[in-house]
Amino acid sequence: MAYNSILDWVKFTDPMTSSGYPYGDVYNLPYDIGYKIWELISGLIAWLIDLIVPGNEVSTFLTETPLLTNLLSITLMVVVIFAVGFIVNLTMIWEERKVLGRMMDRRATRVGPLGYFQNLADGLKTFLKENITPSSADKKGYMWALTILIGTSVLLAFMIPLSGRWFIVDYRTGLLILFGLFAIAPFMILVAGWSQNNKYTLLGGMRAAAQMISYEVPMLIIFASVALMAGSLNINDIVNAQHEYMWYIIPQFLGFIVFIIAAIAEAERIPFDLPEAEAELVEGWQTEYSGMK
Amino acid sequence: MADMWVTMGPQHPFSHGLWTLKVRVDGEVVKDAIPVIGYLHRGWEKECENRTYPLIIPMADRLCYSASMTWSHVYCKVVEEAMGIELSDRAKYLRVVADEICRLQSHLMWLAAMGTDLGNLTVFLWALREREFFLDLNVKLCGQRLTTNYPRLGGVRNDMPYFFERDCMRAVNRFEKVLWEIIGLTDESSIFLSRMRDVGVISRKDAANYGLTGPTMRGCGVDFDVRRDDPYCNYDLLDWEVPVCKEGDAYARYKVRIEEMFQSCEIIRQAMAKLDSIPKTDPIRVKAPRNVPAGTHFARVEDPRGESLMYLVSDGTDRPYRLKVRSPIFVNVSASKHLVQGVRIADIPAIMGTIDMCLGETDR
Repeated sequence: MAYNSILDWVKFTDPMTSSGYPYGDVYNLPYDIGYKIWELISGLIAWLIDLIVPGNEVSTFLTETPLLTNLLSITLMVVVIFAVGFIVNLTMIWEERKVLGRMMDRRATRVGPLGYFQNLADGLKTFLKENITPSSADKKGYMWALTILIGTSVLLAFMIPLSGRWFIVDYRTGLLILFGLFAIAPFMILVAGWSQNNKYTLLGGMRAAAQMISYEVPMLIIFASVALMAGSLNINDIVNAQHEYMWYIIPQFLGFIVFIIAAIAEAERIPFDLPEAEAELVEGWQTEYSGMK
Repeated sequence: MADMWVTMGPQHPFSHGLWTLKVRVDGEVVKDAIPVIGYLHRGWEKECENRTYPLIIPMADRLCYSASMTWSHVYCKVVEEAMGIELSDRAKYLRVVADEICRLQSHLMWLAAMGTDLGNLTVFLWALREREFFLDLNVKLCGQRLTTNYPRLGGVRNDMPYFFERDCMRAVNRFEKVLWEIIGLTDESSIFLSRMRDVGVISRKDAANYGLTGPTMRGCGVDFDVRRDDPYCNYDLLDWEVPVCKEGDAYARYKVRIEEMFQSCEIIRQAMAKLDSIPKTDPIRVKAPRNVPAGTHFARVEDPRGESLMYLVSDGTDRPYRLKVRSPIFVNVSASKHLVQGVRIADIPAIMGTIDMCLGETDR
């Protein structure tokens, strides 16, 4: 095979035809994107090396090894998923701030083009803040309650199947695991509020726990109705059932509205911001957490 | 859960200044409250005894940053009564205009603070946006945004600048329309109504016993306003109404203040018409003597927060022997124990917000 131009190195083949394709006969879009990015990178490197040392082994190793292509495609796929999640998150916060600013007749975000980098600047500022642990706080509870809280939230994100064959958990009672993880958060908030040894945080923690537990009841009912419709507690089965039948948002429209309201309450946003209660409890259970905590 | 004392303040989002409200709570229900003030005590009254009479006017501005005009007004009024000076009509109406501009911007400041207390940032920003127009009027008339230093013993510092009447009418006419937009944010919000109604109720009798004044008193059915019932500066020649509500809760105090803003616009409009009919040759300032004859005098005006009163003891020299300030908030805050009895912690900002705390005049 003659490698004359760069196009010979960067082939953009269909990943399903390659020998190392890990998903059988199911098409996987994130893998495809990762595969194409790796093909571009490896092709460029191989082309450059081939320009200097024509006919070497490294160039062909980079482009032709199925195991290497497979591994790096999956790595790039994870990077792409994280990047997309990050950008979507950033864009949504930016959008909300812009709309709020327009409503309140003020400038919303100012850093970067259209103020898009304001969130990055704010995040950087928060990273540079000093980390203060109150001397009277219970150190273990203070540190670990928040760690477990964030940990369970991130674990919840991993329970979501991203495509037909890209998931981490495929278990018969996946929904129950999800709910178990969900139920940890109120207790951790209570511990966090208690461990800071501050009356505001204690009251805020109690309020947060009470509110989150009470809004979990309607959420559980909605989840149960979805599970009943799909006839399974497996999240992948629920997703597939929607693919075959129709989106459950249509038959379960009432449930969808209740879920949105309950989700807002769980996230402690206005008008469900009792636990945070800026006016009377300073910042609720987060009062003593400083810096990036 | 056993009772516990929660110290809210002195650095707390709800306190709007440096003061502490110690509340005894049983879970979320407030059982008892003790207001602690005095963090901002500057020895104002003692300091006045070492200054000549004209030098106290800028100090009176510093009693309350958002009601500086009425405080310097009450000081000038008590000294003028002691000196036996009668103001010219033009000076009187100029003081009326400046007082009402001050009342408008003070009430807008209160509305903005009320918005943040209830978590409504839109009200905060919209009210402060409208307040800028009245601060601009202050700049045109007095040369300062907040600490105006406008009244003088025997009159005011300067006449209206060119085009002030036009600017003032524009601001007032515009404001009467825009205030309805802000009311739409509050009165049409069920969250706002449910948080303001039936909290912090105080009866007519209790209000009288605590000595409450101002919108706090008029919110519980007492029909009293110093501007109408003990008139000064020709307020009795103007046609306006005193808003009164009977409920006595936080929402009634809110309604009284909103209605007062409309009435202030009306007063400014009429005072401007009166100023038009007074010839420009009318003096804005009468010469005041250096010394005040010995005796005791007091004067009171209607502050945005209540009835502000000054009591002057003079000994015939050019410095006051004693100058006592009766601060409306100092009296009103004493009712906080009664107001927050039995409510939830979440209601405390809504209730104390309607008192409209200003610590400069409270601690003096």
